Amino acid sequence: MSDVTTTAAVRASGVEKVFPTRAGEVHALSDVNLTVAAGEFVSLIGPSGCGKSTLLRLIADLDEPTAGTLEVFGKSARRARLDQDYGIAFQQAGLLPWRTVADNVALPLQLHGVAPRARAARVAELLDMVGLADFADRFPDQLSGGMQQRVAIARALAERPNLLLMDEPFGALDEMTRERMQTELLRICAETGAAVVFVTHSIPEAVYLSDRVVVMSPRPGRISEIVTMRLDDTAGRTEDLREDAAYFEMITAVREALHGEAVVLRGVETR
Amino acid sequence: MTAAPVPASPRPARRRPPAAWAWGALGILALCAVWELYKLIGPADGVVVAGTRILPRTSDLAMPHVWDMILRVLGGETRAASADPLWLVVAQAAVVTLGIAAAGLAIGAVVGVGLALAMLAFRPVRFGLLPWIVLSQTVPLIAFAPLVRSWGARIEIGAFAWQDGMSVAVIASYLAFFPIAVGALAGLDSPDRIHLELMRTYGVGWWRTLLALRLPAAVPYLLTALRLAAANAVVGAVVAEVSTGMQGGIGRMIIQFAGQASGDPAKAWAPIFGAIALGLVAAGSVALLGRLLQDYRRVEVSP
Repeated sequence: MSDVTTTAAVRASGVEKVFPTRAGEVHALSDVNLTVAAGEFVSLIGPSGCGKSTLLRLIADLDEPTAGTLEVFGKSARRARLDQDYGIAFQQAGLLPWRTVADNVALPLQLHGVAPRARAARVAELLDMVGLADFADRFPDQLSGGMQQRVAIARALAERPNLLLMDEPFGALDEMTRERMQTELLRICAETGAAVVFVTHSIPEAVYLSDRVVVMSPRPGRISEIVTMRLDDTAGRTEDLREDAAYFEMITAVREALHGEAVVLRGVETR
Repeated sequence: MTAAPVPASPRPARRRPPAAWAWGALGILALCAVWELYKLIGPADGVVVAGTRILPRTSDLAMPHVWDMILRVLGGETRAASADPLWLVVAQAAVVTLGIAAAGLAIGAVVGVGLALAMLAFRPVRFGLLPWIVLSQTVPLIAFAPLVRSWGARIEIGAFAWQDGMSVAVIASYLAFFPIAVGALAGLDSPDRIHLELMRTYGVGWWRTLLALRLPAAVPYLLTALRLAAANAVVGAVVAEVSTGMQGGIGRMIIQFAGQASGDPAKAWAPIFGAIALGLVAAGSVALLGRLLQDYRRVEVSP
């Protein structure tokens, strides 16, 4: 496992993704170069159609790049998927409704043949971590959206992945729940030491969570700027940061990276 | 976590309130009342519209009194002193038919789920097979019932000889497999993309995905399909008994007692009630199964 701490979690170079559609080819990603260090928290942000979810799906090996190389912990994305090097959480919790909370968290362990006793111990540990120990026997339809999402995060962490892929996991939650979940996520990441690739629409969310924010732009989807957060180490961030001047500076920096170019472009475009 | 809606008990209680039973009983009483009321005030020759009788004659022959039918069921099958009570004779015939219908349902379930799995696994099979499955149900039962019987009669392997009951079970299964094949396919196909992709991220193959995701997700669909199939199997068994001339079941008894109706009108109704009871038992069994599998009927709620 020692190489995991030195090998980059994700290394993408010259990654292209083209989707053939009836209306012609859609250039979803163009020349994406990105390295995510082990233990690093990187957010992908940008308007709809900028390819941020596509990039995440490529890392997860749910889609294959058209060109370029993509490595996860020095291996092909497919190998990394089969080796269970990453855990994933989507915008919807995606829990299996007929399984209890504990059984949902246990799903990946069960599928990979972890013995029942070890499974139960790990599930108890995970539910403690996400603060749902009292809800182990409930069913997903008996939980609020925030709780469901925490179950999904626990499930993603079940096999101690060194990389966590999250596609707008808090997108469907209300603002207050969302902020609480962000703080919890930072705590969990500090505990597990996993690298995170986090797709979001929200600038404050990206700034609060990340070491670096990758700003993307559409048509074709590409990385337009990578903004390094000049803030405390992610492990040390608390709710106080939300009122910190440095935090607002970073929000402004990301916003400018996101809109600055676009505003100028829009002035030129004739619509 | 916006005021988490947490019910007091971990599982929702689904006990039927007593009122439901009362309403059920009231429905039966209302039906009896309508029957007697029509018999009392309806025209003796029934209601005839444009040469077609849309409501029956009100004679005791066509419509025996409710109490006469009940008394007749409790009485002996024939006037002989040694005769078994009619309800017992009907019940015995009903059990024979129920067994055959159950066998037909079992065959139909195996064939139906098998076809659904084949259609799920191989796309060309789906497009090639589905039209034929739909078409199969347009063949009238009475057309192929004698065929099945004559084919079956030729089968003789060692000590095994084809029985009439097997023909009936095969015909019942022919009606039962259809809703199961269609329902199972819809159910196996029902998981969301997100769940299928999750299984892919776990790196598990087709069979594990089937067992862990597709089959559990198909349970609500299968229960609905089974309810239809159980009713079809009963109807199929009753009709096939008549078409193949099988003895001992309720279908044959309906025909036989109807022939005696001129002398004993109430008796003809007894096997009809038996057939209704069969249908209720079949539907009840599926409902019971649904109760056992109730955790699989939960639906996903988005945050």
